Amino acid sequence: MSNELLNEITFFVLSIFVGIEVISKVPTILHTPLMSGTNAIHGIIVVGAIFIAAGASSPVNIVLGLVAVSLATTNVVGGFVVTDRMLEMFKGRNQAQKQPAVKESTPTK
Amino acid sequence: MNTLIELAYLVAAVCFILGLKQLSSPKGARNGNRIAAAGMVIAIVATLPRLHFTNAGVIIIAIGVVIGGAVGIVGARMVKMTAIPQMVALFNGVGGGASALVAVAELLTFGQHPSFTEAFPSVFSIVIGSVSFAGSMVAFAKLQELMTGTPITYPGQQVVNGILAAAILGFVIAVLAVASIPFSFISLMVLALVLGVAFVLPIGGADMPVVISLLNAFTGLAVAASGFTLNNFALIVAGTLVGASGSLLTKLMSDAMGRSLANVLFGAFGQTRAGTAAVAGKEGRSVRSGSAEDIGTLLAYSQRVIIVPGYGLAVAQAQHAARELADVLEKRGVEVTYAIHPVAGRMPGHMNVLLAEANVPYEQLKEMDEVNDEFKNADVALIVGANDVVNPSARNAPGSPIFGMPILNADQAKNIIFMKRSMRPGFAGIDNDLMYDPKTLMFFGDAKDSLTKLVAAVKAA
Repeated sequence: MSNELLNEITFFVLSIFVGIEVISKVPTILHTPLMSGTNAIHGIIVVGAIFIAAGASSPVNIVLGLVAVSLATTNVVGGFVVTDRMLEMFKGRNQAQKQPAVKESTPTK
Repeated sequence: MNTLIELAYLVAAVCFILGLKQLSSPKGARNGNRIAAAGMVIAIVATLPRLHFTNAGVIIIAIGVVIGGAVGIVGARMVKMTAIPQMVALFNGVGGGASALVAVAELLTFGQHPSFTEAFPSVFSIVIGSVSFAGSMVAFAKLQELMTGTPITYPGQQVVNGILAAAILGFVIAVLAVASIPFSFISLMVLALVLGVAFVLPIGGADMPVVISLLNAFTGLAVAASGFTLNNFALIVAGTLVGASGSLLTKLMSDAMGRSLANVLFGAFGQTRAGTAAVAGKEGRSVRSGSAEDIGTLLAYSQRVIIVPGYGLAVAQAQHAARELADVLEKRGVEVTYAIHPVAGRMPGHMNVLLAEANVPYEQLKEMDEVNDEFKNADVALIVGANDVVNPSARNAPGSPIFGMPILNADQAKNIIFMKRSMRPGFAGIDNDLMYDPKTLMFFGDAKDSLTKLVAAVKAA
């Protein structure tokens, strides 16, 4: 087994433990934002997509690269933005109580 | 140069870990998301100097980033808060798809006889990424109500799924042991896409959040596998973090519903008959329904009211009207709290997000364990568009699909007002005994209209 592979497997195994440990105390109300946030993080595949797209020259690789970069960017950008939008709702609890009753805000279409 | 890149990846990995850590505490959640996003930018920028770009490469990356960025921003900004679960499904699916495509592109460069350590992670990424992509799209379609939310089952389904899995295994062996040719790994991808669809079809719409969470973990693992293929540290660490935390989150979610993951995923098999038999015995019972004035008076002269919001409130965008009702009641000295079931809405935490949007004070939101003992002291349990989370059959009907799920004790309140669009069963597709309870008054209509009527009735009372 090559040294590089050995290193990679080490990172892999340690990351499993970190991944489990780091979110083990999440309250129920944050399940949805957390899922959405982890969803954005696996958008790191955009690095892989850029990797294969960068050197593309044959038509097959161009198509694969283009589709992969588009999909992965959607994952990253959409993932982080939608998570932020969810968490925005949690901000400023204290301010919220001082404000008068807010009338219906126009829902986005 | 390479050392710098690896160090940058390390910084990115730390950002992801800190981001996740903060995302799981209410205080720092939003910050956590930003830290993770910063990690992402660092990882992307650090990758660029190492690459040798062809002209075509530069162009397709630019086009891809523009397309993906536009779709991502517009999708995430424009979507209604109620539709967020399906957006998460969509964003998850495209990540899985990208991962599978990266693996395909790598296999093409490896030639016919790649080493096992190159071919195995690629094949893994193709299969898991494709399952995640197709499964997420079905989950999206179910939540968007482009297709029925009820489980789709047919005779011999498990046999068909078994054959699919066997065929996939066959092609995996073919690629690894015989020859890595496009025919084999493209077939593999197609079969895995079909398996993804077949996997999610028999799961009911109400269980989609758990499925999305599971597929989210799958995509993480597919990304980690692509990291092994590309020998990329950032992909391995970030993908594995998501795979591990996503798996735990999936378990936490099914725990919150009082079910095992296996029951969520495979519960539809062999359960259809028991379900219909239970419903058949309930025909011909009477329900009471009340006018807005009756109910408004009842509310106005209560001391304690507990509002139980559900998906119906979310769909009708009635969170603001609910708050208005709570405000007029509080002005009259009525004590109002909201009872939030862990899976109210369509995702755990979904309801908190919606009510926070309407500026409902945090102290009024009570989680199930806190509030369940208070129902017996409440004058009115006002159920707004919730159904399965107050269904007593979760307690006393062992044949019911939701048997064992912890529910809110709304049935212990002195009066129950059940606001609903119709007598139709809830998302899980089962009848609710609580509607036939002698203490229950039904109030039919769109949640927002109904609440607005109640506000007027309370003011007049």
